[in-house]
Amino acid sequence: MDITEIKKIINDFLSNEFEIEEEQLKETAKLKDDLKIDSLDFVDIAVEVEKQFKFKITANEMSSIQTLGEFYTFISNRLSAVTKE
Amino acid sequence: MENRRVVITGFGIYSSIGQNEKEVLDSLRTGRSGIGIDPTRTEYGYSSILTGIVQQPDLKPYLNRKQRIYLSEEAEYAYISTLEALNKANISPENTQDNTIGILFGNDSSTKAIIEAHEDACKSKDTMMMGQSAVFKTMNSNITMNLSSIFNLQGISLSVSAACASSSHTIGLGMALIKQGWQDIIVCGGAQEVNTFSMASFDAIGAFSKRVSDPTKASRPFDKNRDGLVPSGGAATVILEEYEHAKRRNAPIYGEIIGYGFSSSGGSLATPSYDGYKKAIQNSLHNAGISAADIDYVNAHATSTILGDAAEAKVIHDLMGDVPVSSTKSMTGHECWMAGASEIIYSLLMMNNQFIAPNINFEEGDEATSVLNLITKTTEKKINTFLSNSFGFGGTNSCLIVRKI
Repeated sequence: MDITEIKKIINDFLSNEFEIEEEQLKETAKLKDDLKIDSLDFVDIAVEVEKQFKFKITANEMSSIQTLGEFYTFISNRLSAVTKE
Repeated sequence: MENRRVVITGFGIYSSIGQNEKEVLDSLRTGRSGIGIDPTRTEYGYSSILTGIVQQPDLKPYLNRKQRIYLSEEAEYAYISTLEALNKANISPENTQDNTIGILFGNDSSTKAIIEAHEDACKSKDTMMMGQSAVFKTMNSNITMNLSSIFNLQGISLSVSAACASSSHTIGLGMALIKQGWQDIIVCGGAQEVNTFSMASFDAIGAFSKRVSDPTKASRPFDKNRDGLVPSGGAATVILEEYEHAKRRNAPIYGEIIGYGFSSSGGSLATPSYDGYKKAIQNSLHNAGISAADIDYVNAHATSTILGDAAEAKVIHDLMGDVPVSSTKSMTGHECWMAGASEIIYSLLMMNNQFIAPNINFEEGDEATSVLNLITKTTEKKINTFLSNSFGFGGTNSCLIVRKI
């Protein structure tokens, strides 16, 4: 899965399920401060990650991710690691 | 403390016979049934697929995502009925920011939320797959916690689980708290989920009417050929307020709660109790300081079951003779946890519009029920004081008396 596809899946989810305006979905956007995603929302994000990308993400991993760009990169890296295995 | 009186300054209703006051009033006047069938119940294994038909409200125009996702089905109904009630009472979130406004809501299940969360976890062997909303949707207090948050209520927040008397008790307890000076305004009420999961256990014990071929005729309280209740639901909200407080802010006043009586029947969990019913009615009359002769109308609990209707008919006749009686469950079905509050609203609408809604589907009484002065056609009638009965599984009984003001 390439980064473009990953971004589309994540953005569609944030747009449809979290009702975040598409123009807010910038790579520099901070998850907590700009997109208003709180620690409870991380649970729903973890559910979606498992459904879409077939791996588990922990609460600690989620809380270490600051921006949307970092989130795309995190998903991409984990998928690459799985592929290499 | 001075003698604090408790009045109703707002109400809201979302039920199978209407989604607001106007629709419900029209249904009550015309004797319209809200009963239909739910074909999905056949696949689930129900022996009766009869149910009140209640539409899911679209809350997107009212609430943001964070406010919506924690609401169970019954809490969605409760939000709509409470919004209507607060609007009527001229109360907005801007003026609820002190701790004299609380909420007591009747709810005794959140079955769908629990089953769905459980299925999600079982499939994945991971509780996180329930998602963030499960914890707030599955608790019995999901309505009071959500509505307190949404409407910024800062007084008491308490859920009452007392089977089919749940929401009647909230109004009685709300009256007591206001009379004691603990609160000036309390949002009272009850809600009932209507989904397939919610009523399966009642179907399992054969509680439901089997008159599936003729849904609108199935709920027939006091009729000789009644064969069980029809499950239904939605939500009903009643705003209780201290009388002087209501007058000071020019709030509308729809009636005064003057009596609350309760009892527990003891003994059997499911068998109706003549003595339990009688004690609750007598206690409500005593609490109101009036006699049975002062009651102009009784909104019966009668759910269309053989034993329950018979016991209630005998008690009403023994205590109140030929007082006019009807069961609005003939139209709505049994709204269970919400029934106590919804039936206060149905009766309030009758009192304030001077009529008695009919006990539809009654053709002929049996030995026990034919003693009643049952109102089977819409009847013009000036009502000054009414009694509303609610009796629940486990023998929890609650009776309320409301007077015109």
